[in-house]
Amino acid sequence: MSQIEEVSLDKFKHLVSERALTGETMLLNMGPQHPSTHGVLRLLLELDGEIIVNCIPDIGYLHTGIEKNMEAKTYQKAEVMTDRLDYMNPIGNNLAYVMAVEKLVDLDVPARAQGLRVILTELQRISSHLVWLGTSGLDLAAMSMFLYCFREREQILDIFELVSGQRMMTTYFRPGGVWRDVPVEFEKAVRDFIKIFPKRVDQYETLLTKNPFLLDRTLGIGKLDVATALSFGVTGPPLRASGIDWDLRKARPYSGYEQYDFNVPTRTEGDTYARYLVRVQEMRESLKIVEQALNKLPLGPVRSGNRKFVTPPRSEIGVSMESLIHHFKLWTEGFSAPKASIYSAVESPRGELGLLLEGDGGPKPYRVHLRTPSFDNLAVLSQIVKGHLVADLVAILSSIDIVLGDIDR
Amino acid sequence: MDKKLEPIVKSVQDKFSATFEEFRDEVHLFLKPEQIVDALTLLRDEFNFELLSALTAVDYYPQETPRFHVVYQLTSIAKNRSVQIRVPVNGSSPKIPTATHVYDVANWRERELLDMFGIEFDGHPDPRRILSPEDMEGHPLRKDFPLGYEEPQFTFNFDEIDLRKPYAKE
Repeated sequence: MSQIEEVSLDKFKHLVSERALTGETMLLNMGPQHPSTHGVLRLLLELDGEIIVNCIPDIGYLHTGIEKNMEAKTYQKAEVMTDRLDYMNPIGNNLAYVMAVEKLVDLDVPARAQGLRVILTELQRISSHLVWLGTSGLDLAAMSMFLYCFREREQILDIFELVSGQRMMTTYFRPGGVWRDVPVEFEKAVRDFIKIFPKRVDQYETLLTKNPFLLDRTLGIGKLDVATALSFGVTGPPLRASGIDWDLRKARPYSGYEQYDFNVPTRTEGDTYARYLVRVQEMRESLKIVEQALNKLPLGPVRSGNRKFVTPPRSEIGVSMESLIHHFKLWTEGFSAPKASIYSAVESPRGELGLLLEGDGGPKPYRVHLRTPSFDNLAVLSQIVKGHLVADLVAILSSIDIVLGDIDR
Repeated sequence: MDKKLEPIVKSVQDKFSATFEEFRDEVHLFLKPEQIVDALTLLRDEFNFELLSALTAVDYYPQETPRFHVVYQLTSIAKNRSVQIRVPVNGSSPKIPTATHVYDVANWRERELLDMFGIEFDGHPDPRRILSPEDMEGHPLRKDFPLGYEEPQFTFNFDEIDLRKPYAKE
């Protein structure tokens, strides 16, 4: 069954230059086990000395069939799969999924739940950017960045643990609201974070922004021009670093983002350094949103009162027959969605995270397609690394900020 | 329908005699496979749909004509609007022209559809599987592809099920 097959160059003939066929340039595998590919990604490189002539990404090592699995689960149960998708952004994935379900079945969400969703999603965005900053620091041999960034990320994960019981795979958002109200300690925990974090970002910037080593490695490296970015469907910070002001939170506000005052940082250079600046600035903007959302957070229910879709609270089940029936029906059969299809998208830390959700009238989704930003952002890599050194490829790859779980699904 | 989308829908309807459906303010235009490249070019050049946000498919097995819908989700950044194009494709040797020379993003997305649904794209520059291994048989996201699970064994049928389990026997 597991015969070793010799791979001939014929298969890649159309992807490499003619010089590779004569042996003038070298083909080299980078990955799938390589510390700077941020997961299991294989890059087949065609090298002229140390200069990259062609780069052929090979993905699929982390393919788990999430889309197929979701088709076999009810709408409530399919949500846990989304956490595992982009594991640096589980809360953002939950938001994309519950918003798609809410749009499909036309379900209302109370204002308090929307406020909580914004606070937690923005904290998740900061934590995702912190992991990016730490690991891309590591890739550029700035070891201490990793330690500083994970120190702050830990504080965010503690907040997630406080509200949902889980540090990473939270599944805290549910169709129609959130799982339950936040504990009383929540506000203090977030306020503590808001208090210290701006100083910490200043620290990172002191270490990096004008650091000559960073500038040498990133300025003018991996330039992505606007036309290529759009044609390759690049979204998120890489697109904004190339000069296009496109952020779904501003362009198509959802979950009450229109109430908050924040900027969308953009640059025009489109190089690795511009992507760095955009993300660092985004962390500051996200913190502004967290603070405003916390100040404005209204009191009230955190789950919709529509009993056809949202289970009743435990206290009601003992006294109301209808509640008992609803509880039973919702957890055994699930709720039905109309035979229709919708597309809904949110701005994840990596770009546009879209869901094509199609119902067939029953309690399980007929088709779920996850339009994940890393997939398209990685496709552009082969265009922007040409002519750069192998060492620069590491910097460029980390500046795109891919998550392999997000690509392979 | 959203007023801003009306001229776009009308233009596509006139040119390609397309039909459309509407649900929750989203517009789905239905086109024939041979029209898709012209329609995408028209939408990109005349109506500023710079971004092909998603390219995917839906399988309506056991229905055979059409069995698949290939779905193109287009976004216009300049005008901030979206439109969806659906192309019904028949079940026997599904084939549709490639959109790679209109949007580069279609390259990988079409490879994904080839891999997951077995839909071929005519003129695709690099038609290889993208996510599953090259020697894999079948197309996982088709509805007739089994999800795969382990049969639960009970006392009364333990041996019977054990016999057909794939692990090594003594």
